[in-house]
Amino acid sequence: MTEFKILRYDQDKDQEPYFQTYTFDSPKGMTVLEGLIYIFENIDPTLSFRSMCRAAVCGSCAMHINGLYNLSCRTQIDKYDGKIELRPLAHLPIIKDLVVDLEPFFEQYKKVMPYLIPKEEPPKKEYIQSEKERKKVDPWVDCILCAACYGSCPVEATDPKYLGPAALMKALRFIDDSRDGKGKERLAFVASDFGVFRCHTIFNCQKVCPKTLDPTLAIAKLKMKAFFG
Amino acid sequence: MIFHDILIVGGGLAGLRAAIAAAEKKADVAIVTRLYPVRSHSGQAQGGVNAALANNPNAADDTPEKHGFDTVKGSDFLADQETSIFMTQEAPEVIFEIEHWGCPFSRTPEGKIAQRPFGGAGYPRTCYGSDKTGHYMLQTLYEQTVKHNIKVYSEWVVVALARDVDTCCGLVALDMKSGQLQAMGANAVIFATGGSARIYGNSTNGITSTAFGVAMPYWAGVPLKDMEFIQFHPTSLFPSNILMTEGCRGEGGTLINKDGERFMTKYAPKAMELGPRDIVARSIMTEILEGRGFEDSYVYLDLRHLGKAKIMERLPGIREITLDFIGLDPIEKPIPIQPGTHYCMGGIDTDVNGATILPGFYAAGECSCVSVHGANRLGGNSLLDTLVFGKMAGKMAGDYVKDKPKQPRTNALERALKKEEDNFSQMQKGGGNENPHKINNELRKLMPEKAGIYRGEKLMTDGLAQIKALQERLKKARPVASGRSFNFDKLWFLEIKGNLDVAEVVMAGGLARKESRGSHFRRDFPTRDDANFLKHTLATYSPEGPKFSYKPASITKYQPEERKY
Repeated sequence: MTEFKILRYDQDKDQEPYFQTYTFDSPKGMTVLEGLIYIFENIDPTLSFRSMCRAAVCGSCAMHINGLYNLSCRTQIDKYDGKIELRPLAHLPIIKDLVVDLEPFFEQYKKVMPYLIPKEEPPKKEYIQSEKERKKVDPWVDCILCAACYGSCPVEATDPKYLGPAALMKALRFIDDSRDGKGKERLAFVASDFGVFRCHTIFNCQKVCPKTLDPTLAIAKLKMKAFFG
Repeated sequence: MIFHDILIVGGGLAGLRAAIAAAEKKADVAIVTRLYPVRSHSGQAQGGVNAALANNPNAADDTPEKHGFDTVKGSDFLADQETSIFMTQEAPEVIFEIEHWGCPFSRTPEGKIAQRPFGGAGYPRTCYGSDKTGHYMLQTLYEQTVKHNIKVYSEWVVVALARDVDTCCGLVALDMKSGQLQAMGANAVIFATGGSARIYGNSTNGITSTAFGVAMPYWAGVPLKDMEFIQFHPTSLFPSNILMTEGCRGEGGTLINKDGERFMTKYAPKAMELGPRDIVARSIMTEILEGRGFEDSYVYLDLRHLGKAKIMERLPGIREITLDFIGLDPIEKPIPIQPGTHYCMGGIDTDVNGATILPGFYAAGECSCVSVHGANRLGGNSLLDTLVFGKMAGKMAGDYVKDKPKQPRTNALERALKKEEDNFSQMQKGGGNENPHKINNELRKLMPEKAGIYRGEKLMTDGLAQIKALQERLKKARPVASGRSFNFDKLWFLEIKGNLDVAEVVMAGGLARKESRGSHFRRDFPTRDDANFLKHTLATYSPEGPKFSYKPASITKYQPEERKY
């Protein structure tokens, strides 16, 4: 029997969150997300969790799974021998069960001017960008904004104003883009209060990123750039 | 009461592109999405987006006209030709636009946007960003909506259109967080709710790609067009049906059966694995049905000969997926694949401006049918569709609302809200103990069997009867969760109702179309019948089931010919 122990909370009736355990038979290869869907459809329709692509690209289903932040859709139940413990992302208010309020996360994202500010009028066709220049943004552009890094970052726990790994990596994604013209302003912003120098280099974001990106490295690079120009 | 000039429903590529276009027209525009915009299914698109840029050395003489012809031929001549040519002519401009906004396309050695070969195309004209093109485009458009400071109602699920006599005056939405139904006024509404492929069990689509988005306008009297044309993508991962991009074959991947044979030599000797999707999917299915598949379920997509460097550079996302989901490294082993239900060519009936028969109501992207994909869409043309017609709908709606009074039509909106509140309380009072999800899962199981790659009179008659029975059973089901916030049980009940009614349109439309064209292949009518069926199906809602009418496809430049690849 597979066992799912899930942190539950309904603001309308619960004083505080509590664990509820569900047991069912899971076929080989079942993912944690599929397990949640099975529970929702067959055992308990009051259970709330987010999901969409079930292919590890949309970022909806990041949660705390047996001690690590990950996407539930890319985690196999077998990995933990059928004993799964789920909690919502940390550092964000719980709305219902595994659904947290993502607004604070996206508010941080919006602060870093998360859009290209071109350094010149666009040409008639595409900007010419060399393969080498394009490679420079490669480590940063795959971020799916799932907030696993945000949940894992202990600095967020003590300092909710800290921009956080995803937003900072987004800033670097534009600083490193040959088409962008606002590198200086971006750097000045990420180097200000609540920016890169709040990072204690704990490596949690690197450890948990389900796209195997390295926000810790991004932040280190931003620190270097902010310091040495 | 909430009011905006324009409300856009859906935060995928078409919706975001429409929002940007409307904002550029200085309209007060807001996006209403059941997800967060970056979660939308558009982000799952992998292989790329078509435009005749002629950046690839093998495409030096490519032109939008040739792209237009490939699109029309690919559609099995059902696409409206002027509209298809319009789309391919607009293609370079919309690609340059999104590149100027920062979309990280891969590059040629000259620093231009890189292009790869795709199925059914005469030239390598599919612009790509690695194998994550949809993700890059979605992030880029979302970034632009942040730049334009466009209001987004995230996790607000639209449940009905609101009409004031004969125009659309807004909508009713369920705010998932508060659990409240809200009336939202607008002078124009643009639906960009995506496709319905999740009515099939073997779908490549994400969980929210249900038919609810097209069901709402259908229930409100707007016809659905060509719904029987459902695209089966040749290569989805076995057994989860996660998409394995056509780019795999564009980069040189091959299809191999149980006997080690590269079987496309039999079906498309010239184009081979890069035939159009309908033909390649049918070929794979034939191999499986005739006993040359593995475990009677799949064949191999072999990438090994591409080598590690190319796979890591051009198809890293595919490798991530196979490693994550079946623990297989395509550098070392061939990938088990089978066709998966991927895309709806049909949708809400619109003209080239995205307008429908209901003034003030527009649609764009996969939920709409302009029609540029006809009976079979070419890979790389759906992302293009979202950009060209998303932009068009946003512009047109922007013009439409210009002189309209900037206030909600309160009476009509309150009526619509009251009606939905009544529906909701009615829904929860329903008797019986049927589990709605069981009904939905039965639907999803029957659709690939009865209206799949191979169809026929008996299969579809059975299928239709089964859907009718499921509709009856849903009347004995009800959402049981009574909580206020993020009550997905309530939401799914509505989705399932939409799924059943739209599946009925697919099935009945397929029964009525007694020919084979594009993705719609009937064993009992295995050839195309231009004399009787070179026309679009229109389905109009009635409580007894869809009423069908037809309108001719526009044939202006290219006369229908046999499709050989």
